[in-house]
Amino acid sequence: MADIPLKIHEADVVIVGSGGAGLSAAVQTGLAHLKTVVISEVFPTRSHTVSAQGGINAALANMDEDYWIWHMYDTVKGSDYVGDQDAIEYYTKNAPSTIYMLEHWGMPFSRTKEGRIYQRAFGGQTRNFGETLAHRSCAVADRSGHSLLHTLFERTLRSDIAPYVSYFSEYYALDMIRDDSGHVIGVVSWNMVDGGINIFFGKAVIFATGGNTRNYRTNTNAHINTGDGWSIAMRAGIPIEDPEYVQFHPTGIYTVGNLITEGVRGEGGYLLNSEGERFMKKYAPHVLDLASRDVVSRGMAQEIREGKGVGSKKDHMLLKLDHLGHDFIMDKLPGIWELAYKFTGIDCTKDPIPVEPTAHYHMGGIPTNRFAQVVIPDGDNPEKPVPGFYAAGECACVSLHGSNRLGCNSLLDLVVTGTQAGRQASKWILENDIELPTPPVEYLADKTAGGTIKKIQNLFDSEGSVRMDEILEKLRDSMSTNMGVFRTEDSIKRQLDVLADLRKKYKKVGIQDKGLSFNLDLIETLELGSLLDISLIGTAAALNRTESRGAHYRDDYPERNDKEWLEHTLTFLNNDKVDIKYKPVRMKPLTAPTFQPKKRVY
Amino acid sequence: MSLAVGDKIIFKIQRFSSDADKKEHYEDYEVEYRKDGMMILDGLNQIRWEQDGTLSYRRSCREGVCGSDGMNINGINMVSCMTHISDLKSSVITIRPLPGFPIVKDLVCDMTDFFNKYYVVKPYLIEKTPPPGEERLQSIEDRNKLNGIYECILCACCSSSCPSYWADPDYLGPSALINAARFVLDSRDEGKDERLDILNDKHGVWRCHTIMNCIPACPKELNPTKAIAELQQTIVSRKY
Repeated sequence: MADIPLKIHEADVVIVGSGGAGLSAAVQTGLAHLKTVVISEVFPTRSHTVSAQGGINAALANMDEDYWIWHMYDTVKGSDYVGDQDAIEYYTKNAPSTIYMLEHWGMPFSRTKEGRIYQRAFGGQTRNFGETLAHRSCAVADRSGHSLLHTLFERTLRSDIAPYVSYFSEYYALDMIRDDSGHVIGVVSWNMVDGGINIFFGKAVIFATGGNTRNYRTNTNAHINTGDGWSIAMRAGIPIEDPEYVQFHPTGIYTVGNLITEGVRGEGGYLLNSEGERFMKKYAPHVLDLASRDVVSRGMAQEIREGKGVGSKKDHMLLKLDHLGHDFIMDKLPGIWELAYKFTGIDCTKDPIPVEPTAHYHMGGIPTNRFAQVVIPDGDNPEKPVPGFYAAGECACVSLHGSNRLGCNSLLDLVVTGTQAGRQASKWILENDIELPTPPVEYLADKTAGGTIKKIQNLFDSEGSVRMDEILEKLRDSMSTNMGVFRTEDSIKRQLDVLADLRKKYKKVGIQDKGLSFNLDLIETLELGSLLDISLIGTAAALNRTESRGAHYRDDYPERNDKEWLEHTLTFLNNDKVDIKYKPVRMKPLTAPTFQPKKRVY
Repeated sequence: MSLAVGDKIIFKIQRFSSDADKKEHYEDYEVEYRKDGMMILDGLNQIRWEQDGTLSYRRSCREGVCGSDGMNINGINMVSCMTHISDLKSSVITIRPLPGFPIVKDLVCDMTDFFNKYYVVKPYLIEKTPPPGEERLQSIEDRNKLNGIYECILCACCSSSCPSYWADPDYLGPSALINAARFVLDSRDEGKDERLDILNDKHGVWRCHTIMNCIPACPKELNPTKAIAELQQTIVSRKY
């Protein structure tokens, strides 16, 4: 193995990730005329935002009366009251202008008869504080994520921004660099195409590294969604907030996990058990299949427990939509028709789609405030900003979603928090005349980048007695079994044992590909390390939280316990040890009255 | 031939690595057909994870929307994640990188030139009048003109199947052109003339010779030839 090449770049802002959040940030730093580099494991339009289907929430009131305060209430309630209400107010209030901005940039929304943006019903979205269903999700058929991602990328190609934003696609982030005072000043990455370490120094770093549920057997995520951003942050001493909350989307395609949008139920589809019963009436008597996702997934899992699952293994449910009619399905839901047909052979204009609760989204993430600044505890201050470090989108935790995210709130999250990160990073650099603190050369020899280079060199040099796939398969099966929709102290402890064993094995992992050029073996092996990290902190946090809240359901503690647990988890990872702290929920909105916790009924 | 679970099939894969300083060559791998509905991508993953970790290809969403994994399978361009092994009805499946692009490694091509051509057509909404405070209005009929066009995933299956694209290194190609049509046909766009001026060129829309390879190559069942024809008509009718 030849020496690993090394290259150094400098910019004003380094953005890691080119999905909806990263691109929204790049638009802002570009408009501020700051030299911006976007590094990403894939070309921007390959990012996983592209797979989102249903839409993006905003109280536009195009279909019926609607106000952002109703959207705010639904989001707080959906979060099971651990969403931070200042951030949720900012976010729901800014939703309508965000949608208009996207429309002005060319997003090809579906339209109403009046020519306005079409909005559909989605789970947990109501009018007048829970009274009736709202139509709040602004949709582009069932290809909303594809259209959003392409529109944002297109925006950065316009001549007012293009000169300021450079894309480094197929650069895989390895580590972040902090100087002695804790400022984040850069990112170490691997150039996937040619091979080699590339260090990007910047005055500010924005993480927009997306989601991470590839650690579950059945999941809706792309191959790239492996939690690298979380893992990198933790190696730099940053905690991860609320990792125990994993959203299981009710309708992933049985066994393969590809997403079937909640929009199917929003448009009138519904779930059936093996007896042909609309079982959701038992779990959510008012809104049935349009309850929030944690409630629906739990209902499905409960039916399966009671032996009412479908198929020879009685392990899934049916999603019926043929009654919507062939023409309607082909107009409003063409993408899921294609997915269902390709992955199950079923024509959903005639027959129901087999579905199961499927790992989909992490509500938690790198802790930020509503300005997208990354915040960590410092003495009495639970939220001290880390200079130069911002995070947005799924990898961040503001927390907009608390313990359970509502459908179509994530695309809004991407744009609002991504835009904030870009604006706030620009403001910080421009107002404070930030300079790179010391000549970058000094940091080359520094142990931060040095340690990263050594780790890569070791993978190339050593033989390794274990292959990554062996560990990955066990990880995915065990997480699905022990850390699924239902959890108990026993299952969580079993998972901690499994993870200890897998992490020991991982230390002996080896790569077969010793070449520099497009070495997928190296990347997947590094990604597995991230998956093991995020699995460990999520499992450890789940053991501590002896209550049931949102997506975290403990059979042994089935009730929510606001007296003891109305707080955010902060997990720190030191080698193989997890330290857990807690911080208060920000209950006070900016101008709205606080929504006090009450029993969550749909 | 029909496949049963447990059957073995051969993947004949074109390999290349600049590191190893080897010429392009084929290697055969035995793939087990493990479940009905198994895709080519599942087979490639099986090879990489269980037999040969040095095999490289692009992939991400594994559901046909990210456009990473365009490749040439038994002579036809398609995305590996949406191609059923059983549909190919052959016991030996030949897999090559997309034709016409420089190879980086194995099934991974250098797509720089492909994306540069996409950038040339100004693939973004051009506005000249200030937008209203709310959304711009667009009729359902006008919005529907984008159907069959806006769904493009930039996988390059079309351009890389086009003999004119292979023959003329400056030809923009079906992918860039369908993305130009995406904006030319959008009632909200106010940049038609400047965009059409770029396309009205011997390396633009007039290089299409309606060979129509791009149509069966598109994994999203779009019709780039038709989109190019509409652009040609728009250019001609603009003049007269």
